[in-house]
Amino acid sequence: MDPVRASAREIARAVNAREVSALEIAETMIPHAAAVDEHLGAYLTFTPDLMREHARRVDARVAAGETLPLAGVPAAIKDNMCLLGTRTTCASKILEQWIAPYTATAVGRLLAAGALPIGKTNMDEFAMGSSGENSALGKTKNPYDLDRVPGGSSAGSAAAVGGFAATISTGSDTGGSIREPAAFCNVVGFKPTYGRVSRYGLIAFASSLDQIGPFGRTVEDAALTYDAMGGHDPMDATSVDRAFETTADHLREDLRGVRVGIVKEFATSDLAPDVAAAYEAAYNDLVKLGAELVEVELPTAKYGLSTYYLIAPAECSSNLARFDGVRYGLRVDGADVGEMYEKTRAAGFGPEVKRRILIGTYALSSGYYDAYYVKAQKARTRIAADFRRAFEKCDVIASPAASAPAFTFNAKSDPYSMYLMDYYTIPVSLAGLPSLSVPCGSATPEGGARPMPLGLQLASPLFTERALLGYAHAYERATQHAAKVAPVQVVTS
Amino acid sequence: MRDAYEAVIGIECHVELKTHSKMFCGCANEFGGEPNTKVCPVCLALPGALPVPNAQAIELMVKAGLAFDAEIPAFSKFDRKNYFYPDMPKNYQISQFDMPLTQGGVVHYWLSDGTKKSCRLTRIHLEEDTGKSTHAGSGDGRIAGSSYSLVDFNRAGVPLMECVGEPDIRSAEEAVGYLEALKRTFVELGVSDVKMEEGSLRCDANVSVRKRGATEYGTKAEIKNMNSFRSVHDAIESEIDRQIAVLEGGGRVIQETRGWDEAAGVTHSMRSKEQAHDYRYFPEPDLVPLELDRALIERIRASMPPVPFERFERYTEQFGISVKQTTQLVDNPPLAGYFDRVVAICNAPGAALNFVLGDLSRLANESGTPVAEGKVTPAALAELIALTEAKTINSKIAKDVLVRLWSDGGSAKAIVESEGLAQVSDPGAIAQFVDDVLAANGDSVAQFKAGKENVLKFLVGQVMKASRGKANPELVEALLREKIAAR
Repeated sequence: MDPVRASAREIARAVNAREVSALEIAETMIPHAAAVDEHLGAYLTFTPDLMREHARRVDARVAAGETLPLAGVPAAIKDNMCLLGTRTTCASKILEQWIAPYTATAVGRLLAAGALPIGKTNMDEFAMGSSGENSALGKTKNPYDLDRVPGGSSAGSAAAVGGFAATISTGSDTGGSIREPAAFCNVVGFKPTYGRVSRYGLIAFASSLDQIGPFGRTVEDAALTYDAMGGHDPMDATSVDRAFETTADHLREDLRGVRVGIVKEFATSDLAPDVAAAYEAAYNDLVKLGAELVEVELPTAKYGLSTYYLIAPAECSSNLARFDGVRYGLRVDGADVGEMYEKTRAAGFGPEVKRRILIGTYALSSGYYDAYYVKAQKARTRIAADFRRAFEKCDVIASPAASAPAFTFNAKSDPYSMYLMDYYTIPVSLAGLPSLSVPCGSATPEGGARPMPLGLQLASPLFTERALLGYAHAYERATQHAAKVAPVQVVTS
Repeated sequence: MRDAYEAVIGIECHVELKTHSKMFCGCANEFGGEPNTKVCPVCLALPGALPVPNAQAIELMVKAGLAFDAEIPAFSKFDRKNYFYPDMPKNYQISQFDMPLTQGGVVHYWLSDGTKKSCRLTRIHLEEDTGKSTHAGSGDGRIAGSSYSLVDFNRAGVPLMECVGEPDIRSAEEAVGYLEALKRTFVELGVSDVKMEEGSLRCDANVSVRKRGATEYGTKAEIKNMNSFRSVHDAIESEIDRQIAVLEGGGRVIQETRGWDEAAGVTHSMRSKEQAHDYRYFPEPDLVPLELDRALIERIRASMPPVPFERFERYTEQFGISVKQTTQLVDNPPLAGYFDRVVAICNAPGAALNFVLGDLSRLANESGTPVAEGKVTPAALAELIALTEAKTINSKIAKDVLVRLWSDGGSAKAIVESEGLAQVSDPGAIAQFVDDVLAANGDSVAQFKAGKENVLKFLVGQVMKASRGKANPELVEALLREKIAAR
């Protein structure tokens, strides 16, 4: 078994069978990931000592007779999730030197399941962005074309798994931050139902939308990772206290009897011809697996973007108020406390973060609150209702995960064109639904040298993670799209 | 001139709830301690930490609301109040904006002369306290001129309820009466310690004046920095005088925040212009709305003791106890509870009051053990009262029995019986003592006959002494008079 290429399932099986030790996996993965990352820039921090420590712990537990679902599986952690004793930056200057004094619930559960923390991954600052370019601390490149972005905000987590610099990783998705980079990096990215995975220790961007989810190179790996992280957490009042349904042991091979909704308003004619063709082919593949396609309507989905860009900034303007230089993180001194706040936040936050704080502050201001925030909440309710109606006619909705494959650096210089990348993912996030992106082919972008991966977004009703991952698994097994495109030489060599 | 004006006062109180842990984390809710020792990622607002509401705090809020007949809506929620302040870790306070836990209600209270008053409540809502700043380097602890500030977050996140009163109060004395009613009620219900000196009660007063008979409100000033009920009283008095003087001088009162300067005895302007804070309230997305189960509310209601005002009315109107003694009892809820239990058994409030506030309180003070925690059970005291009322023992013996009960516990009846302390009311038995005393005190008898009425008391005392206190004193006196007259 090659620990670099192997799936999480294969690694865990071998480690549990004591065919290979977790420490051996770690010793192979540590130098490999470091070498690849010279080109990818997926990581902000490597944690080799911690990885070895966890590997020894896993080996001891396995030796004692335990079977761990993720035994010895190298896992990268998005740098907005706390891991005790490690730098946790949100890719922001304001937290550049901050060492987390506690571990996020989801990360703790992942490690308890036997995963090995290889490092913390780069991201758009405070998870605000769709390309990874908003990181204040590093540039992450797409493992399928180093001139292109990996997508965002979970840029490094997607790039690390896509570039074989990690087996699995954690991401967080607020409006598409797992699904879009998964599509760009040829991996599976899964955003569970809001409330399924604890947010405790996830540095908040927009509390009512943020959800942690996994990346894997297979649906099964994503499912295994989700099963380890999910479930109720008393430390998070929004985590749902209902029976947790495991998914990795319920994956299916066909789509017989499954009604797949194709959204009337998401016409493929809006896409580039080869991208449109890839999605049309993907829908046909679903039919070949036994699914029935039905047209569904999401008349309010077109308001998703504007709704999202009121609610998310409103929440972030408040969530990010704590970064004030008083207790931790960057402090730039001033003549008085007010000036200290201003200088600290001016120096600590990047332009996109400042833009959203300003938008959010404005949207919540007296006199504008009803016109913006309240109206956006009403629109959100309507969007969720549209999905509920659509799910009366179908079991799962299929659509593109992003409107185009990965673009080149600096291609989306105006914020709005960047925001448009999440056109298909945002309405699903507003409705809180479980959703994923699974590789579905490729298209060579205009002016591009190589075919770039595409992702099929599947979204299903609240709390139907088991069914959703099952559908994705059937599609993945039948099509094997991920294997049809190859990462760049530096990754494969 | 003052008579020509009427003051209109509304009080807002912040009261720290007496919970085991803080509002949104597991840190201890205790006053004091080394700075920053009662803190965790949540109450320090570390990145990624999330609040989880404290069920006990919500229960105490329900009690507070029910005590004043407030409405407890089935649905409530938390909101964020956004503003920057160094002792507020998140730079927003989790509070309640438009759907508080309790709405409406009335606080009934009384003044020192027994006049009953009431003040409507607007609402009581739940929020979290801030930390505390200390300004160093300026010498006087003020922020102006200080070179740096230190923040202690031990108090950050302590559950705080804000009681907003309607402008129903008309004088400084009423304001204090209202605050005392809140304090008594919250202490009685175990909602709060209500210690102003520890900051567990803080209040602001909105004060305006208007010509008597006017229906429009005058312009109000908000008074802050009042550290005791006394200073609330004095600050309001001073502010009323100031506003009347301004108006009489042809000026007009401006809406502003004023601080009470205890030493100078005046209020001074803190913010000359009303700073228009925009708190940008919005629903707290880290918490789900609160849905209160009706059955839970009824369970809480059933478990609540009577509120102090109910006691006030019962004691003064049914029992005829003075306002002063009533206040004394009501201000000591365990003692009042003890008194209620005694009265419930013996139905003799007057006698019970004398024992409870008299000898029993004295014994308690001497020993340092509160009455309600002592060995004299309400049943034992009720029995003692019954024995006295039935004239089985006299009051002197009763006091002795009480001392025995205090030190040893047990039943009054048993002590009286085993010690043979029952009053002797048999004239034959008493006559013997009387004859002996008269024989031995010829001088006194002569003095009495010469008109010195006081001497009779001495003779009664001698007979009582001879009977070891058991003789019925009234009978003794009657027999003495009869026998002396017969000589």
